[in-house]
Amino acid sequence: MKGYDLFELAVRNLRQSKLRNGLTTVGISVGVASLVAMLSLGVGLQQLATKRLAGSGMFDTVFVTSKQDFRGFDREEDQKDQHPENAPLLDEAARQKMEKLQYVTEVEPEIRVMGQIVYSGQTHFGFVTGLPMSARENEAFDSMQGSFFSRSDADEVILLNDFARELEPKDPKSLIGKEVTLRYGEHQPLAADADSSGTPEVAAEQSSSSSTNDDYGFSVVRKTQPLKVVGIVDEEPYGGMRTVSRGRIFLPVDLTEKLNMAQFGDMRSSLGSGGKTFMTLTVRVKDPAKVAQVQDAIKNMGFRTFSVLDATKSLRRFFTVLDLFLGIFGSLALAVATLAIINTLVMAVLERRREIGIMKAIGASDSDVKRLFFAEAGAMGFFGGILGIGIGFAIGKAINLGTGIYLHNHQLPAEAVWILPSWLIGAAIGFSIFVSLIAGLYPASRAARLDPVQTLKYE
Amino acid sequence: MNSSTSTPAIETGDVCRYYPMGAGLIRAVDGISLTIARGEFVALLGQSGSGKSTLLNLLAGLDHATSGFVRVQGRDLATMSSQELAAYRRNDVGMVFQAFHLIPNMTITENVELPMRFAEVDRAERAKRVRESLERVGLGNRLEHRPAELSGGEQQRVSLARALVNRPSLLLADEPTGNLDSRTGEDILNLIRDLSLSLGMTVVMVTHERALAERFARRLIFLADGKVISSSRQGPAARSGFGLAGEEEVRV
Repeated sequence: MKGYDLFELAVRNLRQSKLRNGLTTVGISVGVASLVAMLSLGVGLQQLATKRLAGSGMFDTVFVTSKQDFRGFDREEDQKDQHPENAPLLDEAARQKMEKLQYVTEVEPEIRVMGQIVYSGQTHFGFVTGLPMSARENEAFDSMQGSFFSRSDADEVILLNDFARELEPKDPKSLIGKEVTLRYGEHQPLAADADSSGTPEVAAEQSSSSSTNDDYGFSVVRKTQPLKVVGIVDEEPYGGMRTVSRGRIFLPVDLTEKLNMAQFGDMRSSLGSGGKTFMTLTVRVKDPAKVAQVQDAIKNMGFRTFSVLDATKSLRRFFTVLDLFLGIFGSLALAVATLAIINTLVMAVLERRREIGIMKAIGASDSDVKRLFFAEAGAMGFFGGILGIGIGFAIGKAINLGTGIYLHNHQLPAEAVWILPSWLIGAAIGFSIFVSLIAGLYPASRAARLDPVQTLKYE
Repeated sequence: MNSSTSTPAIETGDVCRYYPMGAGLIRAVDGISLTIARGEFVALLGQSGSGKSTLLNLLAGLDHATSGFVRVQGRDLATMSSQELAAYRRNDVGMVFQAFHLIPNMTITENVELPMRFAEVDRAERAKRVRESLERVGLGNRLEHRPAELSGGEQQRVSLARALVNRPSLLLADEPTGNLDSRTGEDILNLIRDLSLSLGMTVVMVTHERALAERFARRLIFLADGKVISSSRQGPAARSGFGLAGEEEVRV
């Protein structure tokens, strides 16, 4: 029998007992719907997470820390280095070396310090961070009010909207163009030949030491710097994922360096070799595909590195497991639907015994009969699959709507946690047909085995 | 095609069909040897349980002989695979039953078309042949009706049209008049005989109505307990003006 004849007969047979086959098809569709809803949720969550990471601008960035500093992200690697005190320092020399590496476009320190903004007589605390000029490309600044920094060392400031509202509750926008004063602590190294009375402890230690060069210290001196507000930004840049993004007062990075602000890490570095070192350097790479290569090069220089590649590796593993579990739960309903198909078709074989006998008597082969029941199972799978996609789509919309309302109630921007990719539509229908065909195996072979002589006996 | 003139339409040799029944064995067909020529109209007569329907099923390739052979146009059915037997049934055999065996949820047209779906005949060709076939049995209208909306005689005509649609060389009819009143039964048998003559089709008909068999068949074969008890060649056509004269009775 030809394909279209098979399909035509199958569909007309299905329409003979509309209620029963309809219910079975709905059963399949519920199974498909649950599978689709689950997997789409997995896909949606994964995309949400990756979008966050992509928004962080970290895909083209390598973070470099010294092995002398606190432990990094990669525990295993840390354990290999038993003597971190011998590791190289993350200083200006290292920074220049990294800048010369192939594919590197920018090496900037991550600076984040506590500061104060003085505005119309009031003082407001906030974290001050330094942003490189490349941050302009980050999506957070797409919707900013005002403009980005004019130069990398301009006396300008961009404020986070929340902070701007603190300064000017009624009309934060009016701040743009106005001047504010930044109050910060300046890092002032002590001269090597400083008066020992100024630093008694150091001096005491020095007296017991043979080296005079080991004498190092610094003061934190309060300074002020007038700044012009050029912009107000609604969201934290880089999706709030980076040290520099967790601030409310953003300065151009070169300005922050020039101001020589006292940083948290200064205390620690003063105990080490002395001299200026960085807590973290962010190395921007021209092409995300080259991140691994640059990362290796920096690792070979003896530094600890971290890139989002490391994060996505474990993220991918997590989502594979999540998808697997969601898939298994989703498949349970489809497995139940499979039993419904078997039941329906076995009933159909019993009911249509005579019809099968007739078909065989007028020339249908066993395989024609088998294929006919197969086609009926497949057709139920096909229609169930399509209906299931529809139901699954509705469920997904409901999930999105629900989370949207929930997020809105918590003053968070709406996110699509449920995404139905087109490959999943095709795959779900295909899988539904496949599962239905498997379910059709037994009834179809039963039908094919029927003895026409028995079925045609006059009853 | 050269052999077609010399080989008989049907040849059975000591064919047996036994069924196990409890501890015993039912000898439904018990050693029947027959030769039926091309174009012959043969009636198988006997009481119910005499084995005539089983013999017909053996000829149709629906049932398998326990021993002996069934050859149709020189081909031994026992050597054929189930695929080949299906092809044999759809291309070489047409079947008509007492209960008509039309598929109730299909229209007349669809019922007649069904064997051509199995034979993979083109759509355009199918429509043409359905019309031809139905016209041949005298049913040109009511094509979109369901079998239940037709009278018994009309249903049997439809089933005859279905049997003819793949242009078989052999028509097997199992009590084709059993469910019909005598007038309608005669009409159907007239039709079968005319078709047999005009298409050169061999007809084997199972019946228990001797009078009808005598009127239409050219040979009567009497069965009892799975065996042929007598075979008579006669001239039913004599009355209708066709060939073979006289009456011979052969005791077996």
